Order: sequence, then structure tokens, then C-alpha cells
Amino acid sequence: MADILVVVEQQEGVFKKNTLSAVTAAKVLAGLAGGEVDALVVGNGAGAAADAVAGTGVRKVLLCEGASFAKYLAVTYARAVAQIVKDRGYGAVFAPASTFGKDFMPRLSGLLDAPLASDIVGLEREGGDLRVKRPMYAGNAVGTVALVGSPMLFTVRQTAFDPAPAGGAKAPVEKVAVTVDAGGTTYVSLQETKSERPELTEARVIVSAGRGIKAQENFKMVEDLADTLSAAIGASRAAVDAGWAPNDWQVGQTGKIVAPELYIALGISGAIQHLAGMKDSKVIVAINKDEEAPIFQVADYGLVADLFKAVPELIAELKKLKSA
Amino acid sequence: MKILVAIKPVPNPDEKVKIKGDGSGIVLDNIKMVVNPFCEIAVEEALRIREKQTGEVVIMTIGPKASEQQIRTGLAMGADRAVLVEAGTDLDSLAVGKVLAKVVEGEKPDLVLMGKQSVDDDNNQVGQILAAVLGWPQATFASKIEFAADNRKANVTREVDGGLETIEVTLPAVVTTDLRLNEPRYASLPGIMKAKKKEVKVIPLASLGVDTAPRVRVLSYAPPKQRAGGGRVADVPELVAKLKNEAKVL
Ligand SMILES: Cc1cc2nc3c(=O)[nH]c(=O)nc-3n(C[C@H](O)[C@H](O)[C@H](O)COP(=O)(O)OP(=O)(O)OC[C@H]3O[C@@H](n4cnc5c(N)ncnc54)[C@H](O)[C@@H]3O)c2cc1C
Ligand SMILES: Nc1ncnc2c1ncn2[C@@H]1O[C@H](COP(=O)(O)O)[C@@H](O)[C@H]1O
Repeated sequence: MADILVVVEQQEGVFKKNTLSAVTAAKVLAGLAGGEVDALVVGNGAGAAADAVAGTGVRKVLLCEGASFAKYLAVTYARAVAQIVKDRGYGAVFAPASTFGKDFMPRLSGLLDAPLASDIVGLEREGGDLRVKRPMYAGNAVGTVALVGSPMLFTVRQTAFDPAPAGGAKAPVEKVAVTVDAGGTTYVSLQETKSERPELTEARVIVSAGRGIKAQENFKMVEDLADTLSAAIGASRAAVDAGWAPNDWQVGQTGKIVAPELYIALGISGAIQHLAGMKDSKVIVAINKDEEAPIFQVADYGLVADLFKAVPELIAELKKLKSA
Repeated sequence: MKILVAIKPVPNPDEKVKIKGDGSGIVLDNIKMVVNPFCEIAVEEALRIREKQTGEVVIMTIGPKASEQQIRTGLAMGADRAVLVEAGTDLDSLAVGKVLAKVVEGEKPDLVLMGKQSVDDDNNQVGQILAAVLGWPQATFASKIEFAADNRKANVTREVDGGLETIEVTLPAVVTTDLRLNEPRYASLPGIMKAKKKEVKVIPLASLGVDTAPRVRVLSYAPPKQRAGGGRVADVPELVAKLKNEAKVL
């Protein structure tokens, strides 16, 4: 089939690793249907991101730079990608299912009148036809989906595709010039959640807290536990709604999807919407004082306990283990 | 300000759905249909804007006749009237976007509010598609909307992966709602009574002349991989020992 394009997520030139899973998904499609995989970086001063993706085994990297792309905007990015896809006849476009991909890819779908499968977890071939797997109903069903027409668009669930190895031989970088109008949107500001910790979607260990943590100051305890484990911190919707945790810590159907080696849920009941975001974690620990809490049904190690007692004890035990 | 709010009926998200034995669909027989929670947030926001500045709030839905029930919920919350484009079958996102665009072109609102995601299909697509088809600005995942004094622009704060981003959009625009935008009100009893008399204009899908041939087709449904789960430990020392020696994650 025609060639495949992966749209790289980057911010101020810094490459986002979730793109690597999109590259893998694109290669799966190339393996099933043929075609070469190229990457596209839209931005300004984004050469380093182009360089990073050049080592992932793509054929070439298109670098589309310009002052109007300095800040990400759905309108400008979708228009630029649409023009490049049309000019060069790509048959498929991939992007991460992050708030970046979820924002501009549907707009691209509308611009190109092209079908989009969101948040895909698998690609298969059945006879001559492509079949796409994607979770629905908060992960309670996995749909098998067929796309009709070309180009086909996909946003990729990061946890479902291993990151493509990034240190390989560098593919050539080709500059493309595209001019677009921002169509009535202007970037104003970003209030960034600053953290020294690993990113939620890339962490090996996540410590997550819910309504059971009761107050913002108690997050200190969560931080201490996260520190002993070099973990990222997550939260349930209830904890975010209460203002105890920033919005981008929310794990779940409508927040971040994570699958770390170890997920520790503290004072989280385990609503369907929360489970949707973490039940593919390798090992799940739940500490909850309610033995009936649904979180225990997915936990490998459930501890019925008051977290205010158990967490300090856990921190102490882990420290003992470290110094042993 | 005139605001159009797109709402979608979905199975009650607090109930765990069952998949039909042959995988052809979801069992909906005993499940209550409700307004998609993100759409409720959109209705609430529209009402708050109208309460601050006067104007009109119009609901639009594409779906079967039975969708009228969820439309009435929105009207009972306080929306003024509604448009139902009656469609026999489920449409995909591109089709919904194009049909909504027809309604928008007819109604000429200053703002379209919708949910960021419907919690059945979890697509997160229609708002952006609609904005593209109309050629309007979009602001997705909104947690705050503030209008300029002349109502020609709005600053929208968006829940993004790295934190909170603010963009300015020129109106008319499409804005999709995130969880923190507001907490929707419940319909009051007088609201429910009044809603019965409010106008719901029904438009047959075929009369709009939109090509709604499916481009994304769900062929079958399967249950997800089940976790073993249910394991218990008695205390913290046992937990740590098991994490180290059994799970080997420490
Ligand atoms: C449209 C929509 C989207 C949603 N999206 C998400 C999402 O993405 N992510 C998400 O998380 N939720 C989401 N939700 C919300 C979800 O339905 C639940 O309401 C939420 O996950 C509950 O959070 P919680 O478990 O922290 O709180 P609760 O359900 O209130 O649970 C608190 C738990 O803490 C325990 N506890 C209390 N005190 C202690 C103590 N001292 N020690 C130990 N345990 C204690 C209690 O036993 C209880 O189990 C969504 C809901 C809707 C409608
Ligand atoms: N059939 C429909 N009728 C009206 N609005 C819809 C319909 N489907 C989706 N929407 C709107 O689009 C939003 C996003 O839905 P989706 O892209 O399906 O996740 C929903 O929250 C609704 O506001």
C-alpha cells in the first residue's frame, strides 16, 4: 500500500517518547500491508526532535518548521499535516493517543474526510483486510474495527505497543515548507505541572492516591513513598476534582492510560473508569480499608488496612530493604 | 449568546456492560440510557453562560426517536429547545460531524459546546471533526471558558498532558468539555414539568442530504483480557516480601 506517516509529538523541540510506540504501530501496519514509514515533525526549532526520531528505523524524517508552528495549535498542525499527506499521497497517518494526538488527529480526519480509529491497541490482517483493535466502554469491550477509504488515521495507545528502538542509523531529514493560517486560534499560556519525577506514562513504578487520602497535605506521604520507589505519582478523578492533585495526574478512562511494572493504589475504590486506565499494569497493589472495594478484584496484592498506618510502615520496610 | 449543545445518549456508565454471546454488540436491554456525562457538563456550561449574559441554549442530538428522553433531561436542566436528527442506525464520527455541521449551519450559533468524549465508544473525535468541517476554531478538553467583553473571542483553558494550557479562540468556535469545567445541576421538578412543553424539532436524517456511509465500522466486540487479581496479604512485611521475592518488582 501507500506509504505511512508518523506525526511526532514534541514540545519546544523536545521529543516525546510516546511517539516511539506510534512508530512501532506504523511498522506493524507496514509489515501487514507494505509501504515505507516516514516521520513528520511540525514545529519551530525542532531539529533535535527530528534527529531523535531519525534513529528509529524510519525511511526519512520530514521537518516542517515555521514561526506559525512555534506553539502547538490543532488548527495549524492539522492543516500542515493534511497538506503534506495530500501532496505526498500517504495512505496512513499515526500519532500518539495523547492530548496532542487526540486534539489534532480528529480535526485531520474532518479535513481529509478520512476515517480515524482512536486509541488503538492492535492491528491485524484477516484475509486481505485490515482489522483494528480498540478498547471501548471504559475498556470493558475490545472492538474489532474496519476502516473504509484512504488515508486511514490512527491514534496509538502507548501502553499497547513497545517503543521502537531509537539509537539506530540516522535516516535523512528533509525540510518541507508549508504555510498555514491559524484560523482564529492563538496560543496564550501553559501552566506546566513541574515535577522531578518520571512521567506517568513512562514510569516503572506508580504510586496513586484517591479520595481515601483525605487532604492535600497527606499527599506528602504519597510523595515520600514515591521517593523511596523512584515512582511517578498518579491520582483518581476524586483526588483531582478535590484539588489535591493536578489534572494531568488523573489515571483512567478519560485521563492517562498507564501500564507500569508496579502500580500501588492508595485509598482508591476501583471504579470502572479508574480501572480502565491501570488494569494492564504488570503488578497491582491496593491498600484500602474497605475489604469489599472493587480495586481488590484486580489487585495481585491487596492489603485491607488504614493507609495512614500502612503507608508509613511500607516506607520504613522499603528503606530497610534498601539499606540491607 | 446563542449556544448549541450536542448531546449523546449512552448506557449508564456506572454499570458494567455485557457483550452479546456472538460478539455482535453490547447487551443494552436492562441498561438505563443517560446523557453522556461530558455532554451534561456541556449543557451546564451553556446554562451558566446564558444566566450571565442572556441568550438561547439549543440541544442537538443525532439518534433514534428514543433519544428524546435524554434530550428532555437536558431541557429539564434548563435548555430552551432541541433539534433531533432522527437516524435509525448508529453513525460513525465523520457522519455525526457532518450532520451536526448541517444543524449548525441552519442555527448559526455563536458557540457550540460538546463533550470531549462519549463514554460508550470512547472516540474523542466528533467535536474536532465538526470544527474542521465548519472551518471553525476548536478548543478541546476545556476546564475554563472566559469571554471577552464584546463576546467575539474567548479564552479557553484546556486539560493537557503537561498541565493546563490556555488558548484564545475567535467565535464562533467549537469547545469540548473536560471533567473540571463545572458540576452539572440536577433537573428540578418544575424544570421537568416545563421540559415537557419545550419544542423538540425532529428532522429526518435523509432530508439533510449528507453522505453518512460508514467509514469506521465496528465488526465485533470481545471481552478484554481478564486479570487474575484477588490476591491478599495480611500485613506490610508480607506485602514487601512478596513484591521482592514473588513478583520481583522491588
Ligand atoms: C465521565 C466520567 C469519567 C471519569 N473518568 C475517570 C478517570 O479517568 N479516572 C478516575 O479515577 N475516575 C474517573 N471517573 C470517576 C470514577 O467513576 C470514580 O468516581 C472515581 O474513580 C472515584 O475515586 P476514588 O476511588 O478516589 O474515590 P472513592 O470511590 O470515594 O473511594 C475512596 C476509597 O478510599 C478508601 N479509603 C477511605 N479512607 C481510607 C483510609 N484511611 N485507608 C484506606 N482506604 C481508605 C475507601 O474505602 C474507598 O474505597 C469518571 C467518572 C465519570 C462519570
Ligand atoms: N449522535 C450524537 N448526537 C449528538 N452529539 C454527539 C453524537 N455523538 C457524539 N456527539 C458529541 O460529540 C462528543 C464527543 O463524542 P465522541 O467523539 O463520539 O467521543 C459527545 O460528547 C457529544 O457532544
